[in-house]
Amino acid sequence: MRELTYLEAIREAMQQKMREDSNVYLIGEDIAEYGGAFGVTVGMLDEFGKERIKNTPISEEAIIGIATGSAVTGMRPIAEIMFSDFITIAMDQIVNQTAKIRYMFGGKAKVPLVIRTAGGGGTGAAAQHSQSLEALVAHIPGLKVVMPSCPYDAKGLLISSINDDNPVIFIEHKLLYKNRKYIQNVPRRMYEIPLGKGDLKREGSDISIVATSYMVQKSLEAAEKLSKEKDIECEVIDIRTLRPLDIDIILDSIKKTGRLLCVEEAPIFGGFMGEVAAQVSEKGFDWLDAPVTRVAGRNCPVPYSLVLEQEMIPGVERIEKGILDLLG
Amino acid sequence: MVNGLKAKKLYINIGGYKMEDKFRGLDDSIKIEMLRKMYEIRHFENETEQFIIRGMIHGTCHLYIGEEATAVGAIFAINDDDYITSTHRGHGHCIAKGADLNIMMAELLGKKTGYCKGKGGSMHIADVDSGNLGANGVVGGGIGIATGAALTCKMKKNGKTVICFFGDGAANQGIFHSSINMASIWDLPIIYLCENNVYGMSTSVKEAFNIERISDRKCAYGIEGLTIDGNNLVEVFNTVSHFSGECRAGRGPVLIESLTYRWSGHSKSDAQVYRTREEIRQWMKKDPIEKYKRILIDQKILTEKEDKDLEKEVAVQLDKAAKFAMESPFPEPSEVEEDVYA
Repeated sequence: MRELTYLEAIREAMQQKMREDSNVYLIGEDIAEYGGAFGVTVGMLDEFGKERIKNTPISEEAIIGIATGSAVTGMRPIAEIMFSDFITIAMDQIVNQTAKIRYMFGGKAKVPLVIRTAGGGGTGAAAQHSQSLEALVAHIPGLKVVMPSCPYDAKGLLISSINDDNPVIFIEHKLLYKNRKYIQNVPRRMYEIPLGKGDLKREGSDISIVATSYMVQKSLEAAEKLSKEKDIECEVIDIRTLRPLDIDIILDSIKKTGRLLCVEEAPIFGGFMGEVAAQVSEKGFDWLDAPVTRVAGRNCPVPYSLVLEQEMIPGVERIEKGILDLLG
Repeated sequence: MVNGLKAKKLYINIGGYKMEDKFRGLDDSIKIEMLRKMYEIRHFENETEQFIIRGMIHGTCHLYIGEEATAVGAIFAINDDDYITSTHRGHGHCIAKGADLNIMMAELLGKKTGYCKGKGGSMHIADVDSGNLGANGVVGGGIGIATGAALTCKMKKNGKTVICFFGDGAANQGIFHSSINMASIWDLPIIYLCENNVYGMSTSVKEAFNIERISDRKCAYGIEGLTIDGNNLVEVFNTVSHFSGECRAGRGPVLIESLTYRWSGHSKSDAQVYRTREEIRQWMKKDPIEKYKRILIDQKILTEKEDKDLEKEVAVQLDKAAKFAMESPFPEPSEVEEDVYA
């Protein structure tokens, strides 16, 4: 075992799948010599050549359309959309084509496509390069949505996503890519983490926290702090995939704790955690000792100034406050 | 073979390109089969119109009457295992690609026995196994998918090619630009076949373009392109035959503008206030079926009687398709969430 960053784990998953299966290829902007805007594909051109590391013009709609058409006809493309904000340029393809082909055709087609994209803020990139748009895609039947929070999960989930016969939106977080604080032991072998299985990242008995992506790391920090300072033990659940959603892992946790705090980076209005809260109130009302509450992004675009950006995106302090408020 | 001698290749000029008259060398049986396919399309659409009038089509339909030569001429010029993508006005492409009329009609009526088990309807008929990657409800929606299929052909080196059908309206969508550009830089084996039928719903090409010919846009992508008479099956066949060969030889994509006209309204709810009866009449005089039939009769490939018999056979076939569709069961409501995921 050796330690890898989140970025290295993602790259390794792609390299191993590409060595194993000649139908797997990469398509996206600046992914060849440049190695991708965040450096995820560095070195892959040398190993796989430009026929399989397909560098494209700036044409998100065509990238997804072409990837979709090649997936339907037997390839297993991995399309990189540089910033998750730019999936909106390809939204007709993703929503009306990629997601719908199987159903519209009566189950007679498969679309084994992974759309990798970098989401989230905290980089000072402002409103058009910092969004968390997962709720937009998680709403669409036919798509799967994956948001890994750590290197080990990133590799296993990406391998599962590439092996999956459905379109998967794989949302990576920019602040996780190279941060050595989050490096982990990652097995050299190929392994799968099933889509639709959440993970208990921390056990606790006082309150349950469910989070996604970078907010899992922030929630864990808040949990450690409260454990040391106030003897409060938080259980932290990483749902890992938004669709399919592992609601059982959340229900099992609230049976123990009676309280649920949902944490996400996207603006709170219409966010994915609203779905989690609704399902928990429908299926787990009897176990709740308090209403489900949310800590999420403020209802504005992601602002530029550091002061404003930190106010918009939840940090450890806001999560801590959310926990304490819920515990009364 | 003519008179025991090897037939000499005859070259013709279409749109400034010298190409072989491949139609000339075809077996008579194939030439007659193409006429049959045109009749199948015409009668299928007439039958569909009857269903619309009787209120048996739950959604909408876009009829292909008047454009038959383009679908049949183009699809007969490629191989059975080549790919196509179609449009919202897609019945003709599906039939030309060999779709089963019973199964198609069942889909239009929303039946379980239809191509999509009643989940797609007129605008989503597909048969991926036979290379039909689907009609499309979004104008231009298939252009990226077709280009992706061409990328598969190139990466797998399988020698196949793709025809991407779309209308004049789609030529003003962004995906037209970004896809053709990418196909050009990668030399993908794809024929972009723009069926210019004069109107994008109600908007005339005169209002939607400030260029004479949609095929002039070839210059923007550094590819070949030309405008042809889309109501002349022989011209469509020869052009697509030529350029499918170019595609397979790795010489990249082509943009073909096929001039034609839809006789019916845009969809079942079109009052047609944007065009005159006179204009429709003028185009009906250029009936692609009449034109092609004349060629076959003049060349003594077919007699008047054989032509009548052929059309009658097709009419009987359509009666059967309508019967099959009507007698087929609807899907069970419990099937509604099936086929969302593989």
